[in-house]
Amino acid sequence: MIRIAAETPWYDLFSRGARDWLRHNQKVREAVKNTLPEILSGEDLMTGSGKNRTVMVPVKFLEHSRFRLADPASQQGAGQGRGQPGDVLQPGREKGDAQSQSGGTENGEIRFVVEMKLEEIIDWIWEELKLPDLKPKRTATMDQPDYVREGWDRRGARSRLDRRRTLKEAVKRRSIQENPVPITNDDLRFRQLVKRATPSMNAAVIFALDVSGSMDEAQRRLAKQFFFFALQGIRRQYSKVDTVFLAHAAQAWEFDESQFFQASSSGGTVSSCAFQLALDVVKNRYDPSRFNLYFFYASDGENAAEDREPAAAALRLLAAQTNYSGYVETGGVATFRPRETQVAEVFNELKGSGLPVGMSQLSSQEDVWRAIREFFKETEKSD
Amino acid sequence: MTELEQYAASIEELAKRLGLDYYNVDFEIAPASLMTEIAVYGLPVRMPHWSFGVRYIHQLVRQSMGHSKIFEVMFPGDPCRAFLMDGNSLAENTLVTAHVLGHADFSKNNQLFARFHEMAGGNIVEHAAAHAHRIQQAIDKVGMERVEAVLDAALALESHVDVDGELHRTRYPEFVPAKPQSAENAFQRRFRNLPGTAEAAKAEPGPVRAPVPPHPEFDLLWFIAHYAPELEQWERDIFLMVRSESLYFYPVFACQIMNEGWASYWHARLLREADFLPQNLYLSAIKAHSDVVRPYAAGQETALAINPYHLGFTLWEHIVDTLGLARAREVMREEDDFGFIRNFLDRELAEKLELFVYEASAGDEIKVANRDVNAVREAILAPKFNYGAPRVAVTEMHNDGGLVLVHEHKSDGRGLDVNRAKRVLEYTKRVWRRPVRLHTVSDRGEPAELTA
Repeated sequence: MIRIAAETPWYDLFSRGARDWLRHNQKVREAVKNTLPEILSGEDLMTGSGKNRTVMVPVKFLEHSRFRLADPASQQGAGQGRGQPGDVLQPGREKGDAQSQSGGTENGEIRFVVEMKLEEIIDWIWEELKLPDLKPKRTATMDQPDYVREGWDRRGARSRLDRRRTLKEAVKRRSIQENPVPITNDDLRFRQLVKRATPSMNAAVIFALDVSGSMDEAQRRLAKQFFFFALQGIRRQYSKVDTVFLAHAAQAWEFDESQFFQASSSGGTVSSCAFQLALDVVKNRYDPSRFNLYFFYASDGENAAEDREPAAAALRLLAAQTNYSGYVETGGVATFRPRETQVAEVFNELKGSGLPVGMSQLSSQEDVWRAIREFFKETEKSD
Repeated sequence: MTELEQYAASIEELAKRLGLDYYNVDFEIAPASLMTEIAVYGLPVRMPHWSFGVRYIHQLVRQSMGHSKIFEVMFPGDPCRAFLMDGNSLAENTLVTAHVLGHADFSKNNQLFARFHEMAGGNIVEHAAAHAHRIQQAIDKVGMERVEAVLDAALALESHVDVDGELHRTRYPEFVPAKPQSAENAFQRRFRNLPGTAEAAKAEPGPVRAPVPPHPEFDLLWFIAHYAPELEQWERDIFLMVRSESLYFYPVFACQIMNEGWASYWHARLLREADFLPQNLYLSAIKAHSDVVRPYAAGQETALAINPYHLGFTLWEHIVDTLGLARAREVMREEDDFGFIRNFLDRELAEKLELFVYEASAGDEIKVANRDVNAVREAILAPKFNYGAPRVAVTEMHNDGGLVLVHEHKSDGRGLDVNRAKRVLEYTKRVWRRPVRLHTVSDRGEPAELTA
């Protein structure tokens, strides 16, 4: 017996495949989230920062594993068609081709990209690293006037009419009047605004980078990554963030962001000139009473011996005006360091005297995360 | 009555006259989206798992590239359930109806199918839907994460069932009979009869607890379901559900070439003898037939895979021509693909079909390696051994509940893919809840132990 039933209409209403696909994507996002630091330490993210607010993370499909035999040296299978033993059906790839192919899809493998918002990623990192939110300076920054709603009045601008409250008044009045009119002028209620001083939400971040001959490409890249995430963390908190980029060797210059990381010089190292330039910038442009100031300095720590005193003095002045000053010392693990470098010594001294400063070592990718965590933990303490 | 129903009724009459014997078939016209899902899940309604989502996307991509079109899907049972795609033309649907009758005949009579039918009854489609429902209930109760962990393990071990075993299999006997005391020899008898105080009669030895497992156990799903130290009832349930679905899929897997060939043979023959079909309908149906039953894609001269429709169809035509229909039906009842290929794919046929063995080496170069019929047979059958999975057995359960798995690398020829095996062990450990270890060999053939 054959029975043929008509199409059942509900089949189209629900897709099990799509449901399980969404679940897969959810798992992918979780997996991506767990490995974010590694993904983000890639360089692609750094370039195009600022404007490009999303990051494309290439991911493979998750694989549900099963027991499988190891791949044999050569795979055998049954086929059908012409050809004699020894005939080549499909030529091997040339060695040189391998590279050009690596970006494509091999073996018909499908890859896809997850687009993630940079802000979302930064939020994840903050969660992941359990970093505290930055707090604006409490002192001296309460002068930012702001209007907030407070209270009601019978008179006011049309645009501030509170309809709900007005109708409430009308209802109250009508319930005690005989032959009430729907609404009278007395029923009107307007929202009022009051001027309040709020903590300043402006921030300025000054990055200073040692570009002397002793800083190599890798060290600068680490510094750049650290700066990037520090900046993202600060942007997360303040509504308006200004950035200043300073580079120095024996002399200091201000750069814009695009040139900053390309800058290099072969001169010796005089840190104090960068601190001095930072002081000038603060004095001329960023009044410490109105701005939350952050200063980050990256160097390998090798400063000219005779510059110690001027550097310490300038830094002391600078640190006193900032919410926080951080120093990252770059250098390969292999570098033989018999003692603290001079800059590190200076920072430690300042720290000992209770100024909001901190320092961290940066020798590999993972250190970036540790350093970020240390700094943002410190800022909480120093707050 | 629609046109299709009229043709279907006439085809059925013809089929009965030609000796096809099958349970009722319920056809349903289904939208393409459901057909895709059936192809992915293997059943119209099946448990949720993210791995199906991945297959689903692969399938969608393949379909959008035009590599595969699903005309029909058929589920053996009583009644058989068949789904026809709503985009099929009338000619295609007529062909597919005849094709499904071939499957229905095969699945009622072939011993592997009949055995499962006897054990599980004829309504696995409903069972699977009930399984899906129960799993959904479990998700509602204990949450997605936990259910998923169990499904990760159970589905990863899906093929590790004893295909010759019973669907409802009881636990091992808990005790083994004590070893019978060896008969007294002459010396012992004389010694016992010596004068003096008689020795106290030895207490009857109590029953001896049987080791678990008493022999290497290849039915991993069953073993974990019954012997995992802390499995909860719903977890055990899931393992047994996956196992019963796996046993249901086995005959389809093990008889694919025979089954598709048989159905193709019958759709061709039924259509050929259906004098009631209009000419143009017959022509377009036969056109659809030759699109499906062909060795390689249009415009190509070789294929690196065997089309089971084409191979099976050719073999069955040959068998019916040379040995007669009665003998063909006997073969259909008794064999699976192993017997079918080894007994009936002879040298002449292999040459006529231009079958060969190819070899793909590390540089991705693919060469024709061999045209020897024995090598060809084994290459066709190689992916089918042991349900397509490596031979892994439980050999031991430690006192602390630790599980020991052994991979029979000798019969498989080489070791396991280490990374995948490790992940499977991790899945397993989450339900076994005790250490799990696996013995296999490395690339160089040295013993290797993986643990999770």
